[in-house]
Amino acid sequence: MSTLTRYSAIPYTGPAPTNREPYVPVEATKMDARGGELAGRLRVEQERGQDLPTLLVEKERIVEVLRALKEELRFTLPLDLWAVDYPNREKRFDVMYQLYSLDNNERVRLKVAVDEDESVDSSMAVYKGFDWFEREAYDMYGVRFAGHPNLRRILTHEAFQGHALRKDYDPAQRWLCTEKDVAKLIPKIDPRFENLDTDFERVTLNLGPSHPATHGTLRIVVTLDGEKIIGTEQEIGYLHRCFEKSCETHTYQQAIPFTDRLNYMSAIINNVGYCMAVEKLLGLEVPARAQYVRLVLSEFMRIADHLVCIGTNLVDMGALTNFWYLFQPREEIYGLIEACCGARLLPSYTRIGGLAVDVPPNFLEDAQRLVNMMPKYIDDVDNLVARNKIFLDRVVGVAPISAQDAIDFGFTGPCLRACGVPFDVRKATPYLGYETYEWDVPIADGGDTYARYLVRMEEMRQSLRILQQAIDRGLPPGPVMVDNPYVALPPKEKVYNEMESLIYHFKLIMHGIQPPVGETYFQVEGGNGELGFYIVSDGTKNPYRVRSRPPCFAIYQAYGQMITGQTIPDAIAALGSLNIIAGELDR
Amino acid sequence: MPTQRLDNPNSIIARKQAEPPGEQPEKGLITLPGEADREIEDLAGATYLTSKLDAMVGWARGNSLWPLPFGTACCAIEFMSMVSSHYDISRFGAEVVRFSPRQADLMIVAGTIVDKMAPVLKKIYDQMPEPKYVIAMGACATSGGFYRMYHVMQGIDEIIPVDIWVPGCPPTPEGLMYGILKLKEKIERGEIRR
Repeated sequence: MSTLTRYSAIPYTGPAPTNREPYVPVEATKMDARGGELAGRLRVEQERGQDLPTLLVEKERIVEVLRALKEELRFTLPLDLWAVDYPNREKRFDVMYQLYSLDNNERVRLKVAVDEDESVDSSMAVYKGFDWFEREAYDMYGVRFAGHPNLRRILTHEAFQGHALRKDYDPAQRWLCTEKDVAKLIPKIDPRFENLDTDFERVTLNLGPSHPATHGTLRIVVTLDGEKIIGTEQEIGYLHRCFEKSCETHTYQQAIPFTDRLNYMSAIINNVGYCMAVEKLLGLEVPARAQYVRLVLSEFMRIADHLVCIGTNLVDMGALTNFWYLFQPREEIYGLIEACCGARLLPSYTRIGGLAVDVPPNFLEDAQRLVNMMPKYIDDVDNLVARNKIFLDRVVGVAPISAQDAIDFGFTGPCLRACGVPFDVRKATPYLGYETYEWDVPIADGGDTYARYLVRMEEMRQSLRILQQAIDRGLPPGPVMVDNPYVALPPKEKVYNEMESLIYHFKLIMHGIQPPVGETYFQVEGGNGELGFYIVSDGTKNPYRVRSRPPCFAIYQAYGQMITGQTIPDAIAALGSLNIIAGELDR
Repeated sequence: MPTQRLDNPNSIIARKQAEPPGEQPEKGLITLPGEADREIEDLAGATYLTSKLDAMVGWARGNSLWPLPFGTACCAIEFMSMVSSHYDISRFGAEVVRFSPRQADLMIVAGTIVDKMAPVLKKIYDQMPEPKYVIAMGACATSGGFYRMYHVMQGIDEIIPVDIWVPGCPPTPEGLMYGILKLKEKIERGEIRR
C-alpha cells in the first residue's frame, strides 16, 4: 500500500490491481494445514488457498461427513447453508455448509458440487438448524434435498416460477400473486399433544402477516386446544426484497445501501460487516480513525437495537410507558449519527476502505454526553419492570429453549447467550480492535423470555463500558479513507486539477472496485447474532455472489417449537424477545 | 361592515372584528371563508356557524385521522419514531393508532410491499370503511425504490389508490408529519372523491 497522503500531488505508486488475479487470504497457509488434517481424517478432498478450512465432499457422503464433524470433531453449531451457481461448470451448483466449533473456536466450510437434475441428501438428520436453509437453497436455486420433510418455497410466493438466484434468471421478472395463490397452512400437531383429552374444540388461528404483535411481516398459524398451542406453522418471505440478487446487479460500492436495510435497527453494523468483507477480499488495511468511528457507532447501534427490542417487547405486554421512555435516548443516538453523515435510520456511512466523510469536530463530546445519559434510562426501565410482578408472570419460564436445542438450531447472539452459552463474535474472532477493550460477555440461565431480556439489558451496559473506554482513548488522528485510488475516490479539488486523479475518478466510477478472483467470508456481531457476509468475486466490478448469513433466520425457525405448549399471549411475549427483524429474516 | 378572518387562511371559521362597545352588533357573527359576504339571520340572538355540510365534515375528518400502520420494513421504525414522545403526532390529532382496519380511516403503508404481501395489502384496504385515505410512505411504497427486482411491487398504486406520496428512504418523521398535514388539507378542501 502507498504511504502517500490523500492530498499529495504525487500520483499513487502502489500496485495496481490487475483483473482476474487469484485472491490469496493471509491466513491461507494456516487454514490449509488445518484443512489438510480434517480432510485426512474424514477421507475427503481439500480445497487450498481459502480463508477457512475447506473440504470438497461428494454428494453421496455429505451426511456421513457432517455427522463425523458434529460428533467426533465437535463442530456443533450449524452456521449457514447456501448455494452458488456456476452455469458453465459440469456440475452447476455448489452447496456450501459452514459449521462452527464452540469448543475449539474454529470454522469449517464444506462444498458439495451438484448438478441441476441431482439431489443432495438432507442434512436435517444431523443438524436440524439447516431446515430453513435447505428450503431457501431449494427456493433460490432449485437444488433438491432428498429426505427433507417440507421442501417447499420459503421466501418467494406460491405463484413464483423458476429459481430467482440462478444466473439465467432475469432479475426483473415478476410473477403475479393473487389471493387464491396464498398457501393454506395447516399446522402439524405436536406428538406430545396428539391424544390430548380435553373438552375443548380445536381451533386453527392465523396471526399475521399484518398483525400488531408480529413486528413486521411474520405469519404464524397455530392450532389451539382451548388456550394451549398444540401445533404451529410459520410462513416468511413477506419482505423478501431480493438483497442477494440486487448485490449481483450492482457494483461493490452500490451494494452498501442494500446492506443497511437488512437489520434496519442497527444499520451501521451491517455496513461495517459488508465493507470489512470486501476489504478482506481486497487486502486493505483501514485507517485507525475509520476503525475507531466504526466501533463507536457499532456499539451505539447495538444499544439502539436493544432499546427498540425491549421497548416493543414491553408494549406487547402492555407496558407502554417504557416504549415512550426508551425512544428518547434512541432519538439522541440518531442525532449523533445524523451529525456524522446526515441520515438517521439508514446512514450508509461506511465505504469500502473507510468512511464516507469525517466525523464532526464535537463528535467525542456528543458521544460522551450520550454515554452519560444512557445508564439512567436503562436503570429506570430496569427498576420499573425487572422486579414487577406482572412482568415477571408474563416472562419467567415463557418459551424456554435449552442450550442444546439452541445450538442445534444455529442460534447466535443474545438469544444463544440467554441459554448460558458465552459465544460472541467480538470475543471469538475480534475485529476493529475489540480485543483491546475490557468488557464481559453477559450470559443468563434458562433461555426463557426473561433471560433474553436480562442479557439485552446487560449487553447495553457492556456496550457503554466499551464506549467509555473508547472515548477516553480519544479519536485517532489521520484520514478516514485509505489512500488507494483504486478503492477510494480522490478528493474533488484534485479531480479538477490533476490528470491522474481525474483518470482514477473516471475509472472508479465507470469500472468500479475490482477485487481479485476468489471467495471470502467475514463475520461481525450484529444486534441479533453472527452477521456474516460471504462474497465471491470473479474479478469484475459486480460481485458474483453475495450471501448474507442472517442471525434471525436461524433463530426464528425454532420459534414454533418454543411456543408449542404455551398460550397465545406467551407466544407474543416470546416473539418480541427474539427480536426478529423481517428485513434480515427475508432479505 | 367587513369581516376579518382568523390567522389561518385555511380555517373554516372566520369572525368579524370586535365591535366597539356601545354599537349595535350585526347579525350573523360567523361566516365561512369565501362566503364572507353571506350573512345568516341570527334568529335566537346566539352565535351561529354557517357552512356547507361538506366543509364541516371535511374539517372534522381532517382533524381526527385514525391511522392504520401497515408497517413492513424500515419505514415502520420511523413511523414509530413519529408516534413516540420525541415527535409526537398527537399534536396533529392523528395519534389513535389502530391495528384493525375496521377502526381506521388512514392507511399508512410504511415499507416495501413485495408481491407475496400484495394480496394481504389489498384485503386489508378493502376491509377499511369509507371514507379511507392512503399515504404511501417512503420510496418503496411509492415506486419500489431501488428494489427493481423479481419480488418487489413497483409502488402500491399498482393495487390500491394513493392520496399522498411521502418521498425519502426512509422519510424523516418530520417528512411523514408533513405528509399527514398535506392529507389533512386535501381532506378539508374536499378534493378526495372515491
